[in-house]
Amino acid sequence: MDDHSVLKTTTLNALHLSLGAKMVPFAGYDMPVQYPLGVMKEHLHTRAAAGLFDVSHMGQVIVRAKSGDYADAALALEKLVPVDILSLKEGRQRYGFFTDDNGCILDDLMITNRGDHLLVVVNAACKDADLAHMKAHLPDCEVTLLDDRALIALQGPRAEAVLTELWAGVSSMKFMDVREVPLHDVACIISRSGYSGEDGFEISIPQDHAVSVAKALLEHPDCEAIGLGARDSLRLEAGLCLYGNDIDTTTSPIEASLEWALQKARKAGGDREGGFPGADRILGELADGTSRRRVGLKPEGKAPVRSHAKLFADADGLQELGEVTSGTFGPTVEGPVAMGYVPVSHAAAGTQVFAEVRGKYLPMTVAALPFITPTYKR
Amino acid sequence: MLKFTAEHEWLKLEDGLATVGITTHAAEQLGDLVFVELPEVGAELVKDGNAATVESVKAASDVYSPLDGEVTEVNQAIVDDPSLVNSDPQAAGWFFKLKLKNVADADALMDEAAYKELIG
Repeated sequence: MDDHSVLKTTTLNALHLSLGAKMVPFAGYDMPVQYPLGVMKEHLHTRAAAGLFDVSHMGQVIVRAKSGDYADAALALEKLVPVDILSLKEGRQRYGFFTDDNGCILDDLMITNRGDHLLVVVNAACKDADLAHMKAHLPDCEVTLLDDRALIALQGPRAEAVLTELWAGVSSMKFMDVREVPLHDVACIISRSGYSGEDGFEISIPQDHAVSVAKALLEHPDCEAIGLGARDSLRLEAGLCLYGNDIDTTTSPIEASLEWALQKARKAGGDREGGFPGADRILGELADGTSRRRVGLKPEGKAPVRSHAKLFADADGLQELGEVTSGTFGPTVEGPVAMGYVPVSHAAAGTQVFAEVRGKYLPMTVAALPFITPTYKR
Repeated sequence: MLKFTAEHEWLKLEDGLATVGITTHAAEQLGDLVFVELPEVGAELVKDGNAATVESVKAASDVYSPLDGEVTEVNQAIVDDPSLVNSDPQAAGWFFKLKLKNVADADALMDEAAYKELIG
């Protein structure tokens, strides 16, 4: 993917360039990693006011039962994800993941009940595989990639005020609500959710109108364009997983400490217990526990500890525990933050472990996630 | 005398002692620094060997030694406040002082005009 000539672009590409963005290849797309403000100030601005992110590279997919019945679509998708989709109310969204036969994670996604169909949003890097997976396993559904829509995230404590300029009804939405509303007379699908730990929205916009809606939002003095660099430090402070780093086909949802995403109906004794790939392992781990867990890690010093740093029980690097899966400097925390996997024997908050960085063993403390207090509007 | 390397370091030479830092261009490219690790005083550095590490929010980067020499002093101020490297890279944001093994080796490094041509 080093060859920029083969990179795909989003509808907002020219807007990013006009704003002075530094562009990098990401999941096959030419994406803004930062704007002239820089990662640090972009991060802090999002937590203080509002940040606008282009996430159009993500896959927006409609799953519609051939019967036209929501319940049929929901029950079909439940064969691939260990989440209660049937009881999801119209206009509500829920987090989930595709599992494989080993009980590991193929991708994580957001799932919305849109009345007579489902709207799912998947990661850019997994988009093609997810589409093929759904098409292969959901024969009674039509699975359609919405490649004619852009997706913008508007995140931060002033996000509601910024969006109110375009649609006065926004304050009636709660965390994980999804509504279809006209912005500038364009039918947009708005969810009150995001990937920053802040209150905020994700706005799906027909491609031809994406630039005008983005520009209208950026006109607000509280709103700045934010790149992928700050998106990563924001989500890490918020304790949210990045697929490919913190979760993948070698991690089960229970190892990843994502058991909160499984509702009662899909667990042992539930109405629709199991019935998803890897259910034996995942339900077994829910009952019996796992040998390792994803935990928050707070370096005690000032040095960031990055992904793939090895973790040890001792300062001499004798007993290896696991590795860091994400690590950076948290601008809001004003210090380094990380996540990684450790054996359950070392997973309790307050446990000291050591990370190998440039030949030294740096002390870290297992910490509760998230590192910041989220401001979701529940 | 001010000299530059292709690795975007600057050296200010006085009586066989080189004060070393990273250039304004390098500081701009790295973005806001959040962590700096400097060599020990007394360390023997070799040309193009690792001398220091700087980290932004996004990534860690190595700073190389521009010449052979012994570290005589390091700038604790940039360890305490890495943002000093961004705000004043070619003065207050210096990294370390190097007693050069062969002072004449500095002649082969770029002058300011050549460095400016390199970075365009």
